[in-house]
Amino acid sequence: MKRRDVIIGVVLALFLAGIISMFASPWPDDLEKVAENHGFLEKGEGEPPIKSPVPDYAWPGLKNEKLATSIAGIAGTLVVFGLGYGIAFILKRKNHKTK
Amino acid sequence: MHIPDGFLALNTWLPTWVVSVGGIGYCVRKTSQLLKEKVVPLMGIMSAFIFAAQMLNFPVVGGTSGHLLGGVLAAILLGPYAGAIVLSVVLTAQCLIFQDGGLTALGANIFNMSIVGTMGGYLIYKGIYKLLKGKSGMLVATAISAWLSVILASSVCAVELAISGTIPLSVALPAMASIHALIGVGETVITCLVISFVFSVRPDLIYGEEQLA
Repeated sequence: MKRRDVIIGVVLALFLAGIISMFASPWPDDLEKVAENHGFLEKGEGEPPIKSPVPDYAWPGLKNEKLATSIAGIAGTLVVFGLGYGIAFILKRKNHKTK
Repeated sequence: MHIPDGFLALNTWLPTWVVSVGGIGYCVRKTSQLLKEKVVPLMGIMSAFIFAAQMLNFPVVGGTSGHLLGGVLAAILLGPYAGAIVLSVVLTAQCLIFQDGGLTALGANIFNMSIVGTMGGYLIYKGIYKLLKGKSGMLVATAISAWLSVILASSVCAVELAISGTIPLSVALPAMASIHALIGVGETVITCLVISFVFSVRPDLIYGEEQLA
């Protein structure tokens, strides 16, 4: 892939996670709704075994909810882009070594 | 359908963890054998795109929202193995960084969405595409497999909740499958739009196109 294609792809993902995410539906998702309707939602509300740095896609310390979502989305997109690319790069290199 | 901590009992989350680790390990081996140079950045882009798209909940019905799963989308572009790895990367980041899906339930979430939704969805896609062929055949295969992948993944989720004793299967299965029949329409529309766009601008980026066409 050309560098230009990669940049277009990442910018599109950043646009979705950074801008469009502010207009996402705030309604509970499928499983949350089923849990709510059938009375087991509280089972999932105990203390989690690990502390997440950015719980619920809200960047900590920001009062503006939309901005907190946007920043969290941008950060998350960059992290997973790096992870996906990095893992692929390592697997590709491993392949060269074995051949 | 990201399962949080607390919904699954040990008898469910532990085995699904084991199966998922084995399954993704297999995908890693296959990917390191099959991965083409040009696909390396595409794995990064697909991870970013699916993560972003999963933040975009759309209203479905009765105060419930849903979002793209992206398994079939990833598999059609990257193949089932690299596609499953991408979904697992997204699910792991969502769990560890954003508390979306529990750590104990991560194995089940990877099983449902990477293994059933992505690899299972791809099997359906490939089966239909082999029968129909051509661009329209590919789109029909994409549409049906995208829709079914969401229903299958959510049904497996319902089974896990039932095995855990959280909710009876007779209640969980119809509740999860019916809402995902609707969410699956969104999945189908988004997946078909992206695939037909990629097919028109970069048909070479579709996995196995040279063998299948």
